[in-house]
Amino acid sequence: MRNLINNYEEVFAIVLFGIGFVTLLFHQNLIKKIIGLNIMDTGLYLFLASMGYIYGGDAPIYAENAGFYINPVPAGLVLTGIVVSVSVTAIMLSLSVRLYKRYGTLNLDEIYLEARNKINER
Amino acid sequence: MKIKTKIKEFVEQSREWTESFSDMSEKRDLPRERVRREEHMVDRLMEEKAGHMGLLKWRRLYLVLATVCAVTLIVVLLTTVAMLPVFGEHHEYMDTVAQYYIDHALEETGAMNIVAGMILDYRAFDTLGESFVLFTALNCVLILLRRDFQEEYRLHDYYDLTRDPILRRVGMVVIPCVVSFGVYVMLNGHLSPGGGFSGGAIFGAGLIFLSLAFGDDFAARLVSEKLFKGVAAVALGFYCLAKGYSFFTGANHLESGISLGTPGSIFSSGLILPLNVAVGFVVTLTMYGIYRMFRRGSFK
Amino acid sequence: MEIFKLILLLLLVVCAVCATLSKRLLVSVIIFMAYSLVMSIVWILLESPDLAITEAAVGAGVSGILFLMTLKKIHRTEIETEDEDQD
Repeated sequence: MRNLINNYEEVFAIVLFGIGFVTLLFHQNLIKKIIGLNIMDTGLYLFLASMGYIYGGDAPIYAENAGFYINPVPAGLVLTGIVVSVSVTAIMLSLSVRLYKRYGTLNLDEIYLEARNKINER
Repeated sequence: MKIKTKIKEFVEQSREWTESFSDMSEKRDLPRERVRREEHMVDRLMEEKAGHMGLLKWRRLYLVLATVCAVTLIVVLLTTVAMLPVFGEHHEYMDTVAQYYIDHALEETGAMNIVAGMILDYRAFDTLGESFVLFTALNCVLILLRRDFQEEYRLHDYYDLTRDPILRRVGMVVIPCVVSFGVYVMLNGHLSPGGGFSGGAIFGAGLIFLSLAFGDDFAARLVSEKLFKGVAAVALGFYCLAKGYSFFTGANHLESGISLGTPGSIFSSGLILPLNVAVGFVVTLTMYGIYRMFRRGSFK
Repeated sequence: MEIFKLILLLLLVVCAVCATLSKRLLVSVIIFMAYSLVMSIVWILLESPDLAITEAAVGAGVSGILFLMTLKKIHRTEIETEDEDQD
């Protein structure tokens, strides 16, 4: 329990991850689902970056009078991750635009029923 | 009859449930048409008894399963966090690789920015794959949203902001700053925070702003489809050649044959500067191309 | 500094919850953009300026614009289908 309070930053990251996950699971709207996935992403990045942080450390850029640096490995991972998450968002958004064009709604249940109807009509 | 009333009750319940749980957002955002259509939909659902019963059962099962999943995941993750070492302290066993990077990055790669030296020299293949991921994402969006560019655009097809005087005036001042800051961040990736990814994103955002403020036609004249294809091909091809040579020379990344120069000057650290520019252009084109696809469905 | 970070983290959680619970899609997209901006300040406090620059440009700028464009496109397609119905 004390460790949870010491690691409060990671706890916040997990809470953000959980909020994103719950949004992803319980919302029927596709745009809300995508926002939830993005929140999950950021929670994960926050977790990684806070694992690499060291109290009093400097940013990992060489300087004359720097004492010691924080861990640069999570920064590199997260840097690539942020840009990839945007492209994933773009793909998901364009897929939902296509779904909307076809079924006229963004609600997953309605899309499911419409698709069933279309199959039955055939 | 009894079954019918029961089904009606079920449908009412499910409607209440979905309304309270998910959102009325679409209904509120959209005019009456939408609501009417949804009511029509519910009528049709009534006719579709079997399908709807199945959906109801599935929704209940789904609700239970999803709750269990979410709670389990969060509890497991919190337990893991409770066992992790304390936040913000130095740990030898966690930081051996990082310590190597910090100690040797300057002499081996010549980059002042350790992160840039890491992602563009030690792990350059990773970044190569990642720029291809970006390019593939752009292609997916292009496949999904591209429309036939011979068909005429109708007036309401896109929203024109170019007559807005505030946006134009602000754009005249801000766009050069944004674009030059993007280029600065891109070129100084090995000396200061930033690099190809950040600079490319800023540059792309500047191009998007340009296209919003001065019209898509102006932006299309500035960044034509030909230029787009050419720059993307050159940037990705250059990256492949620059990092693929090691396949032919025996898998040795670090010796590029280019002198590392004096650390701190702009022409230093070997291949990192041109690779930063290549990655930056790939990211720029991805951002701008995705925007164009969402906006008009073509580069024209 | 520690308290400032704590306030920012709380703000992050509040923003995430609001983006989830808000009724209108436009509002939740805008709250998500604010969330990204707060996140970029948290990156600076965690001594990663690279991430701060990228998150500010990408999270608050580009992906927000993509969400807004999608909302715009969805309303537009509504108009188009109506036209087709009239025809």
